[in-house]
Amino acid sequence: MDVNKNSYTFGFAAIMVIVVAVILSGTSIILKDAQYSNVELEKKQNILRSVGVNVNRDQAAIEYPVYIKEELVLNHLGEIINNLSAFDVDLSKEVKKSIVEDDENIPLEERTSLLPLYISEVEGETKYIIPLRGKGLWGPIWGFISFNADLNTVFAAVFDHKAETPGLGAEINTSLFQDVFQGKTIFEKGEFVSIFVQKGGSNGDIHKVDGISGGTITSDGVTDMLNERLKRYLPYFRLMEDNKEEKEVSAAMQAVNIDEKRDTISNIGKRIVD
Amino acid sequence: MSKKEALFSKKNKKLITDPLDSDNPVTVQVLGICSALAITVQLKPAIVMAISVLVVLSVANVVISLMRKLIPSRIRIIVQLVVIATLVILVDQILKAYVYDVSKELSVFVGLIITNCIIMGRLEAFGMANGPWKSFLDGLGNSFGYAWILIAVAFFRELLGSGTLYGYPVLEEIGLYNLGYENNGMMILPPMALITVGIIIWIQRVKNKDLVESK
Repeated sequence: MDVNKNSYTFGFAAIMVIVVAVILSGTSIILKDAQYSNVELEKKQNILRSVGVNVNRDQAAIEYPVYIKEELVLNHLGEIINNLSAFDVDLSKEVKKSIVEDDENIPLEERTSLLPLYISEVEGETKYIIPLRGKGLWGPIWGFISFNADLNTVFAAVFDHKAETPGLGAEINTSLFQDVFQGKTIFEKGEFVSIFVQKGGSNGDIHKVDGISGGTITSDGVTDMLNERLKRYLPYFRLMEDNKEEKEVSAAMQAVNIDEKRDTISNIGKRIVD
Repeated sequence: MSKKEALFSKKNKKLITDPLDSDNPVTVQVLGICSALAITVQLKPAIVMAISVLVVLSVANVVISLMRKLIPSRIRIIVQLVVIATLVILVDQILKAYVYDVSKELSVFVGLIITNCIIMGRLEAFGMANGPWKSFLDGLGNSFGYAWILIAVAFFRELLGSGTLYGYPVLEEIGLYNLGYENNGMMILPPMALITVGIIIWIQRVKNKDLVESK
């Protein structure tokens, strides 16, 4: 057989392509479930790590409902969209959406970029977890950042990446990089400033963390990601702030009322004594 | 190959031992330099990469060797590439499903394995012309040759650049930092990988004069 004939070459290529396609798609179908559950467990593990709970992947499934109390989805106005779960939101798609003009004909879910938000309870304190996603040097980077109840102070942060350079940009998923986020704040006198990953070091700035030597583009990616993502939650933060003020006002009013009542009762008492 | 040739005849043994030194794919043939540069900041990825290349190269070499009489010579490079790419994707899929952590470690290198010149080079130079058993040994030998350079470079870069070995803080343990020692940040950067490889080549040529080109 002449292996150099044109017809043979074409035939060989065709058969090879079909065989390879069958092998690869077959493996993909067979292994899909196992791979998906790994990814899902890892996501749960990362969410837990962002509130300081370190568990291995198998435990993550058990511990997740213990710590994570609510899985909210917000729209661009900071309002909660009912019957959607934060865990099901595919952030890689949401980051590409831009907020479309307020056209009432399009359902809200389609013209707004969905903002997932997890509310967690750790040792009796409420923590707000915001998922992040952005661009590194070679591919996507993502993470979760958790805030204390004041929605300003970072409680903890985790980051991960798809393909950053090992030893350089890839260091964003080490505790060395992540731990310094703790205690940083994103507001300065009520103005949103986000957190910067600073080349050359943070020098103790409350809004900056140390960048990675040799990983500047990944570091900048983290800065952009934090700024871009957190900015979108500002309406929600404001709503929460207003709610809190209302609550405080009404609590103060109640306290005043109680004082007045006590006052009158004691006055009456006095008068009776008089 | 005569039928009576033993599995580990002298000739076959040389297939494994030659690439370790006098015919090393990295230091003598200067192949696979890109990956030697990219992933030798730490030991762990270097070892994972070495193992992946070992699997892909030996299997691909055998597959190509089995098909060598059927492959049309005009599209042989494409066929080799398809075989390599298929194997790499298969390995990656299986790792993702069963050893997820290793697959995360490997993710960035998958592309690098496909484009690793050593693999293409061996398939073209050896697999296309020799039987499956010899090709397998050749694959093993070249992988080992590649692996030891990679691991040696990573050893020095991680130790001098980060003060750790396989993530374990060796220098901190022996208290070197208390004496005023500091990590050399330059070792982390890519150029130092080339310089380290260069030093290995230098040492090798001092020991083995046959490798030095005559003027």
